Amino acid sequence: MTQHDLSGPATAAPGPPDPAPPPPGPALHTAAGDKELLSARLVPLRHPGQWASAAALSVLFAMLVNTIVTNRRFQWDVVGDYFVRGSIMHGLELTLWLTAAVMASGYLLGIGVAAMRLSHNPVLRGLAFGFVWLLRSVPPLVQLLFWYELASLYPRLSVGVPFGPEFAHFKTAHLFSGILAAYVGLTLDVAAFSSEIVRGGLLAVDPGQREAARALGMGDGRIFRRIVLPQAMPAIVPASGNLLIGMLKATSIVSVIAVQDLLYSTQLIYTQNFLIMPLLMVATIWYIILTTLLSVGQFYVERYYARGSGRDSRAGRPPARGLWQIARGNLPLFGRTRTDLAGLS
Amino acid sequence: MSAGKSGQRPLVRVRGLRKSYGGTLVLDGIDLDVREGEVTVLLGPSGSGKSTLLRCVNHLEKPDGGFVEIDGEIVGYRQDGARLRELRPRLVTRQRAHVGMVFQQFNLFPHMTVLENITDAPVAVRGLPRKQAVAHARELLARVGLDGREDSYPRQMSGGQQQRVAIARALAMEPRLLLFDEPTSALDPELVGEVLNVMQDLATSGMTMIVVTHEIGFARKVADTVVFLDGGRIVETGPPADVLTAPRHERARAFLTAVL
Repeated sequence: MTQHDLSGPATAAPGPPDPAPPPPGPALHTAAGDKELLSARLVPLRHPGQWASAAALSVLFAMLVNTIVTNRRFQWDVVGDYFVRGSIMHGLELTLWLTAAVMASGYLLGIGVAAMRLSHNPVLRGLAFGFVWLLRSVPPLVQLLFWYELASLYPRLSVGVPFGPEFAHFKTAHLFSGILAAYVGLTLDVAAFSSEIVRGGLLAVDPGQREAARALGMGDGRIFRRIVLPQAMPAIVPASGNLLIGMLKATSIVSVIAVQDLLYSTQLIYTQNFLIMPLLMVATIWYIILTTLLSVGQFYVERYYARGSGRDSRAGRPPARGLWQIARGNLPLFGRTRTDLAGLS
Repeated sequence: MSAGKSGQRPLVRVRGLRKSYGGTLVLDGIDLDVREGEVTVLLGPSGSGKSTLLRCVNHLEKPDGGFVEIDGEIVGYRQDGARLRELRPRLVTRQRAHVGMVFQQFNLFPHMTVLENITDAPVAVRGLPRKQAVAHARELLARVGLDGREDSYPRQMSGGQQQRVAIARALAMEPRLLLFDEPTSALDPELVGEVLNVMQDLATSGMTMIVVTHEIGFARKVADTVVFLDGGRIVETGPPADVLTAPRHERARAFLTAVL
């Protein structure tokens, strides 16, 4: 008669007032009011502050939309006129493929640099460290101009014995067009930053994984590609999404070497007709659309690399919630289910 | 130490093995023979060098002196007159393919299904056709009592099941020798038995095994030889009936009283 246990043996259901006969054992202590406690309804904690702030934010959001739509000085009709204009579309196209090319080759290089940085070979390690140090120190704008103006620094390049006779030489003038300078400069920039992102991801992988693969007789290259890199991806993808979206907009610095990307195309138009804000809106809306698409893509990439990370046994499928459920769960006042509350708030 | 019939060359010969980490001696001249088809259990307090010895056997650790020989071949080195020259990683990799290893933390690849875990190395390293590798993997899964779990991911399984997959993965390389590094130490007590049973079956089927463990019962039942290490040296070795029931060395006696 010394235990104070309110839950009772195995029948904690609040409904039936008469529990099943208790199993043999020491009799449980009964306190006054146990019956009421057992039949009481469980009330979850309310969050009135969330509702109030959501309401206030909705009003502010409505005001924002209202002023953007009704302020005539935004000249939305002009925005509409120029939105899919030929020169803008060409700029958009250039921005897209420059970003894609720069990110693809930058990451290829960056993964290599990260692997070098973690290698046992001190020469490779030193080389990778120096590369990252130098490329992260030089502003991308300076880099673009450096490659573009290479001819003024080194008018002639030659092949030969170092400090000895030379076999061949060529002039560097016109070696780098604006677009090639942009590609090379931004690629090296991405390589330096992405190598650090990749290195962080590689370090996050349990060293036991490498060891197990080695014990199975796998070679270093296969261990890296098949075992370590895929497991590093969940740590690499979010930061890389950031870098990609950043680079999408950072490509606009190519305007300094007269490469016509999305932003520069709009600039060329508004320097003639002075419709500055509407044309900047054209570029901004395009950037918003592209960023949105990339964010959605990032969601699916993250979900792909999360395979095997869940404990639910639906044949290894990642958490079954799709993009829409998660987006809706994060909107205030909409579709907040119990599971969303448990997971996200 | 030199036990019985010396005619047939043991599968594993360890001679004068030394290893130190930053000044502390972990292995201090280990001599050990493991004959084909025998189970050798390494016992000893933590820090006595059991795991390091095991990891030297497949060259996951480089020894500072002495050598390990498997099937007449020096592990990780090539003899060149009075020198042992370190092998290129590619050749060490080839040697390791004949030595399976099972880890305390299982180290299954979490991004691969059970089937991919088991078939990846045989296909990539041994060049086995995928179909054959899959068929073999299914047999092995049945052997460790996990048929039908091919498509599960490791994190969806209990520790005991994961360790059994890890054993199947090691067996898929058809190793001549299996190393176990405290295979049950990370398991809940009620899951230890299922892993030990699989290991006992392997021993009965004639697999050569070196096992680091604290499971004295397993050592008594399954081991052909029990080796007791302390401070990087072998202080006692022999059949379990001798070493476990009547240890002569005082450290071994103290250790056995503590764990039993």
